[in-house]
Amino acid sequence: MSKNVTVTIDSQKVTVPAGVTVWGAARKLGINIPTLCHHFDVKPYSGCRVCLVEVKGGRALAAACSFPVSDGLEIYTNTPKVREARRLVVELLLANHPHDCLTCDRNQNCELQRLALDLGVKEIRFEKSKPTWEIDRTSPSLVRDPNKCVLCGRCVRFCSDKQTCAVYTFANRGFSSIVTPAFGKGLGEVACTLCGQCSTICPVGAITVKDDTEAVLKAIDDPEKIVIVQTAPSVRVALGELFGQAPGSIVTGKMVAGLKRVGFDRVLDTNFTADVTIMEEATEFLHRLGSPDKGKMPMITSCSPGWINFMEMFYPDLVEHHSTCKSPQQIFGALVKTFYAEREKIDPARIVSVSIMPCTAKKFECTRPEMNASGYQDVDYVLTTRELGKLFKSCGVSFDDIKPEAYDPVMGIGTGAGTIFGNTGGVMEAALRTAYEVVTKKTLPALELTAVRGMAGLREAEIDLDGTKIKVAIAHGLGNARKVMEAIKAGNPNNWHFIEVMACPGGCISGGGQPIAHDINYRAKRTAGLYEDDRQLQFRKSHENPEVKALYAEYLKEPGGHMSHKLLHTTFHNAHMDLFTVLES
Amino acid sequence: MGSTSPTGQNVDLARLDAVFDKYKDMAKGSLIPVLQAAQDTYGYLPIKALDAIAKQLAIPISQIYGVVTFYAQFRLSPRGKHIIRSCQGTACHVRNSARILESLKTALGIAPGGTTEDLQFTLETVACIGCCSLAPVMMIDTDAHGRLRPDRVPKILDSYSN
Repeated sequence: MSKNVTVTIDSQKVTVPAGVTVWGAARKLGINIPTLCHHFDVKPYSGCRVCLVEVKGGRALAAACSFPVSDGLEIYTNTPKVREARRLVVELLLANHPHDCLTCDRNQNCELQRLALDLGVKEIRFEKSKPTWEIDRTSPSLVRDPNKCVLCGRCVRFCSDKQTCAVYTFANRGFSSIVTPAFGKGLGEVACTLCGQCSTICPVGAITVKDDTEAVLKAIDDPEKIVIVQTAPSVRVALGELFGQAPGSIVTGKMVAGLKRVGFDRVLDTNFTADVTIMEEATEFLHRLGSPDKGKMPMITSCSPGWINFMEMFYPDLVEHHSTCKSPQQIFGALVKTFYAEREKIDPARIVSVSIMPCTAKKFECTRPEMNASGYQDVDYVLTTRELGKLFKSCGVSFDDIKPEAYDPVMGIGTGAGTIFGNTGGVMEAALRTAYEVVTKKTLPALELTAVRGMAGLREAEIDLDGTKIKVAIAHGLGNARKVMEAIKAGNPNNWHFIEVMACPGGCISGGGQPIAHDINYRAKRTAGLYEDDRQLQFRKSHENPEVKALYAEYLKEPGGHMSHKLLHTTFHNAHMDLFTVLES
Repeated sequence: MGSTSPTGQNVDLARLDAVFDKYKDMAKGSLIPVLQAAQDTYGYLPIKALDAIAKQLAIPISQIYGVVTFYAQFRLSPRGKHIIRSCQGTACHVRNSARILESLKTALGIAPGGTTEDLQFTLETVACIGCCSLAPVMMIDTDAHGRLRPDRVPKILDSYSN
């Protein structure tokens, strides 16, 4: 237990544990100290100097985001000196920031814009003194505009500390300072997993998601095309935030209705193919468990494409541990242009398959050359949750007023097991719900497997499958994924059998394409939303999904069978990025 | 965005062994001395050497690039055998140092900051050398050449070519 200290902030006394920052202590008193480089997901950096406060007896103003409180400290957050200093800092930032707010992706959702407004910066007396940089469009998922960068280093810290990928660095010095991948390369030219977390933590419009909304609208406007959309589990508990709702609000029906108003011909559910994934993956797991020659153990889930990229880039020797199952998005794509097209008597050549995803890496996943099991590109376009919000707004969907509607039939029913794919631990829980009942032929005594739930970065649990003890592990965030891979390299000392990995901390609910969050508890709230959705759904186990049963009866025949392998399974690559192949290309 | 060195040339990485050996107990804290020693070894910091340093010290290559571009002492491209510093200070400026620089650029076929392909000369500009009475002036290595005239530049350069 750390000891408590009492400090005085703006003449109010507050007692907090020692080590808390001035910023944190002030929050407790309802005092908002503005920040820019500070973010609850990364360690303090105190680079921007926006959070300056006066400390009695101190020589200079202190950065509240990193200044630890100590007993008897007297702090002033609202003096003329403080206000003047903060305003000057923001004014200096604005001098070097493009003034194209009206056409910026982050207009009205920009922390610098907000600061300028809140602090009352009325004029900018300084001239631009930074060089002009080229916009980086080399990534399949992200666009980087260093001219908008405020050098807060949030992306640098998140990428190196949380994801352990260290794609970004500060380079050069003075006015030439820039946040960039090594050697000034583009994001698409270095070992970036495309998780997109940098685009959600960026306070301004310096890192944004590649916008595919126009291409999708063009397909919708083409009378020759049948545009079919699928919606990922986690989108339904986050989309509402773009329209003023609280994190975790379940907006499935409004989202479906909105998609229909925008003009999608069929609105179907990725939850359905999440259930198919479970049928395949649980079967594959039981095969591998029964006979080790059927595949490497432990088996690791493969539905997070940022994680796939990470594995292929950093642990190419271990790709055989991956389940060969495609992700729900790609299973959907493969089925929609085969099974669905046949059933609905649509020429698959006319189908444009669009997915709404929480994920930026999905934009790359759908373009992988092996993802054309149907004979076409299985998924044509991926829009992130943020892009869907923009699409709704530009197409006049009044989210507050629109009446909820249901998904179209066939590939439109998902179970609760499918819906919890969207949060860390969910795929594992869904797989175990099915594996348990397949193996034991008994009904699960407790459907909600709380042992695999939670937010700890790396969790372990043991499940009894009728006498066979299964050891599972769950990791989220690539830093935790790396720990798992290092453990496997070291001979799997904990004897894990089955591991779930998600590239993004929290899982898909906080994917790189999700709404920019301002609530420190947003991950827990969105997760709670998915568990609530699970409870509300009629079916909660993948193998009980009537449409899934019909799919196997009519088309695939059996999980892990010939048709499944043709359409629903894939292989992984050695994508180890040698620096020189990159630099010399 | 920072200068990128040509990556194709042969870099003998075995020459780093002595450097790594010397700093083997210092691990991550030794990055700057290791970079200095590597630069002494190669005359600049070839990307292949930086990659080897990244692996040896277990520091991401991006962070090493950050350090290398932060400090003016580190160079990512090879430098010439002779360093030419053309003075552009006030006294030289009024004595038309711009024409001297033009003449250097024409004779060498490179811009300030550049190095000739034969690695003989690197051209730099400086703000003052401290011998304004000789303006316009340039230094080649440790030699000062004063009261320059553009037409004399090629001959001076010739005297360094061998």
